[in-house]
Amino acid sequence: MVQQDPEPAGDPVLEVAGVNKSFAGVHALRDVHFALRPAEVHALIGENGAGKSTLIKVMTGVYRPDAGTVRLAGRARDFRNPLEAQAAGISTIYQEVNLVPLMSVARNLHLGREPRRFGLVDVARMNRQATEVLGRYGVHVDVTRPLRSLGLGAQQMVALARAVQVDARVVIMDEPTSSLEPREVETLFSVIRSLKEQGIAVVYVSHRLDELYAICDRVTVMRDGAVVHTGPIAELQRLRLVSLMLGREMATVREKGTTAFDADRHNRQEGRPALRATGLTVRHRLHGVSLDVHPGEVVGLGGLLGAGRSETAKAIVGALATEEGEVEVEGRPLHRRSPAAAIRAGVVMLPEDRKIEGIIPNLSVRENISLAALPRLSRAGLVSQAKQDEVVRFFMDRLRIKASGPDQKVSDLSGGNQQKVLLARWLCLNPKVLLLDEPTRGIDVGAKAEVQALIDELAGEGLGVLLISSDLEELIEGSDRVVILKDGSVVGHLAGEDVTEEGLLDALATAPEDPAEEPAAGTVGDSSAEPGPAQQAAGATDPAGPQGPAPVKENQR
Amino acid sequence: MTSTAVTTAGAATGTARATLGERIAPQIQRRGALAVLVLVVVIASATSSTFPTWSNISSILGNNAFVWVLALGMTFVIITGGIDLSVGSMYALGGVLGAYGATHGTWLAILLPLAVGAAWGTVQGLLVAKARMAPFIVTLVGLLGLRGLLQAVTDEGATTYLVPRHSHFRSLGAGTWTPVLIVAALFALGALLLTRTRFGATLTAMGGNENAAVLLGLPVARAKVLVYLLSGTLAAAAGALGGARLGSGVTTIGVGYELTAIASVVIGGTLLTGGSGSVSGTVSGVLLLAVIHNLIDHYFSQYGSAFTDTVNGGFLAVVVLMQTLLSRTQQLE
Repeated sequence: MVQQDPEPAGDPVLEVAGVNKSFAGVHALRDVHFALRPAEVHALIGENGAGKSTLIKVMTGVYRPDAGTVRLAGRARDFRNPLEAQAAGISTIYQEVNLVPLMSVARNLHLGREPRRFGLVDVARMNRQATEVLGRYGVHVDVTRPLRSLGLGAQQMVALARAVQVDARVVIMDEPTSSLEPREVETLFSVIRSLKEQGIAVVYVSHRLDELYAICDRVTVMRDGAVVHTGPIAELQRLRLVSLMLGREMATVREKGTTAFDADRHNRQEGRPALRATGLTVRHRLHGVSLDVHPGEVVGLGGLLGAGRSETAKAIVGALATEEGEVEVEGRPLHRRSPAAAIRAGVVMLPEDRKIEGIIPNLSVRENISLAALPRLSRAGLVSQAKQDEVVRFFMDRLRIKASGPDQKVSDLSGGNQQKVLLARWLCLNPKVLLLDEPTRGIDVGAKAEVQALIDELAGEGLGVLLISSDLEELIEGSDRVVILKDGSVVGHLAGEDVTEEGLLDALATAPEDPAEEPAAGTVGDSSAEPGPAQQAAGATDPAGPQGPAPVKENQR
Repeated sequence: MTSTAVTTAGAATGTARATLGERIAPQIQRRGALAVLVLVVVIASATSSTFPTWSNISSILGNNAFVWVLALGMTFVIITGGIDLSVGSMYALGGVLGAYGATHGTWLAILLPLAVGAAWGTVQGLLVAKARMAPFIVTLVGLLGLRGLLQAVTDEGATTYLVPRHSHFRSLGAGTWTPVLIVAALFALGALLLTRTRFGATLTAMGGNENAAVLLGLPVARAKVLVYLLSGTLAAAAGALGGARLGSGVTTIGVGYELTAIASVVIGGTLLTGGSGSVSGTVSGVLLLAVIHNLIDHYFSQYGSAFTDTVNGGFLAVVVLMQTLLSRTQQLE
């Protein structure tokens, strides 16, 4: 490893000690300790629900901790709102640009601290200053235009300029690059380096491991609301980082049987795939994703948060507009791309968040199941009650839905049974391909096993299944093949014997490209990606040191 | 990592060019009402002999000016994404309180309505900002409740307060120039408040993206209370001045004025969803509606006032449709 910055000395500028925070009895943070030193870039990572966002919100005054302290430069602080944290020198850049799109660029940059003369806002000076400040960030635009006329990257730069412009001691960046082009990422990095030179500490949240290794000095890994690791990032192998994040010691997981899956029951049919997607591209999200699902097989979609798994499923059914790419069902291309067209063609998706995108809580089990099938169950616009009952009964038995009867309200059912109701809704359409996005999230263990067994059964009956799951065991044990996504591109495939947790972790930790480059589009490698030891393949061992003179000059007033 | 990082330039200039539609759309939104106003005035002046006379114009201005103040307050409220339905009732109450106050002296005639308007506005603002009630509901309560209060103050309309014949209060509403100058001054101050103060920027920001405004550290809750306080005060003041002009507190006045005010604001190019708008647009909006009413009264007097309201509604529908289309054009990036 290249020699990293000597541990930046001195007391932490921002210190969080013993912080607890819970919402409605659920622990979001558990005894969290986090120390940020001056002039360091500190990576904060973890999967969804690990508590990163909550920790950030505690540090920036959005939430107040239930217990524990937040110290800024050694002094205990109790921020009651974001304004107080800002005034104390903690600036935040949020993941989605949190500015006011209809107001001018200059206004956005100065909101709340406009230059004034005789008590009135000095518009001319405000615009002049804005032009000057943004110029330093490489954003050359007419600052009197509304913010929304700018590209997302430029908007993010405005947010960054705004955050730094206050006399910040700490700048917190929550996935600042999620909407940036590679070139803009470089600009961001040079800004971060110059912040560092000025002694400003940066908390950097991102799921892109390449970026973390390129810009960060130390890393804190969170899982389930607790800090599981803190240390110099250069000393932490990628593979180890990923396994810390996912909570999997690669060595310890060997014995099967923790899930109800039995992939032998699947009935894969060679020949024409039930679903074939080629070159799906969505700006900033997906770069030429291709995959196919055969009848009777379960294809897992692996990847970390933000890799583009849900987006892929949504792009396939047409819920997300694609710029390029084609979808074929049993060899026939889908011409018009919309969820309705996909359903007609036999491709249905079980969405990730069943509360928001799935069930209609106040309707009965019967209504929820038969909703999508109504056109088929009706004649001349009238719904045949008898037919409807027949179908509903059949699926309630078949999926072992535990309800007092078809008339029970769906909101009264348990999470697992709600999920089965949703599954039944799609199954009564006789689909050919089922896209399952986190089918067992948030349901209890028993129901989980039942849903998993059901997936097996369906695949046994010849249905093609695309399975998205953050539960590694579920993904590995449920899938016949795994397609691995990273930053919106397919970076590997696992098949047959290689479908193991180690293989997956390897593939996730391996970075096939130079971090600064645009991820190469298309598929890398065919069916069996190299499951060998990960790190040497990639540029994992070269964290960008302090090389590369920052082209951005002083960027503070 | 071999690629050295030297790319500051060109981070984001890709959107420098906008299509013709994108460039024109905001202009129509901002100045559309003014353009239509000029057009209508020119046509009316050319075709009618009575429209361009001073007596007609002075009656348009003098008789309506105070009511326009409701639209000024409404502009602020709508820009924050809220609505204030109570201003019509407040206008009537302000007139009665002004007339009642005038019997005890000019100062009371001015201060009493202002105090009541400010107090009521503050209560509404607190309910919206702190109790997080919907502005529509809170101010609907205002609309009904203030009418009730009005009935109580006037013994269900039995008592009429007259402004004493020689009170200075009367002179505030007399003639054409005094009302016009007072109202013009209020609008000028309002424009300054909206565009050149941090308070004004906060109002626009919270209407555009309230969540962002909070995270940016703007005093959103305070601004919310203040905007309803401002609207209530302006409405009561307008009512009092109207009472001064009429010489008495008229309890039946002001019904539906809140809707006319909302219409003027929206016609003036302020987004009903908040986040964008201007006082100058509202000026165009109120003038346009006033001129159109005047023309309708003139040409279609045999159809009565029902026709006026229909035109009013149709006009509003067209404008809102236009706004929807325009903002859609602007979002197509």
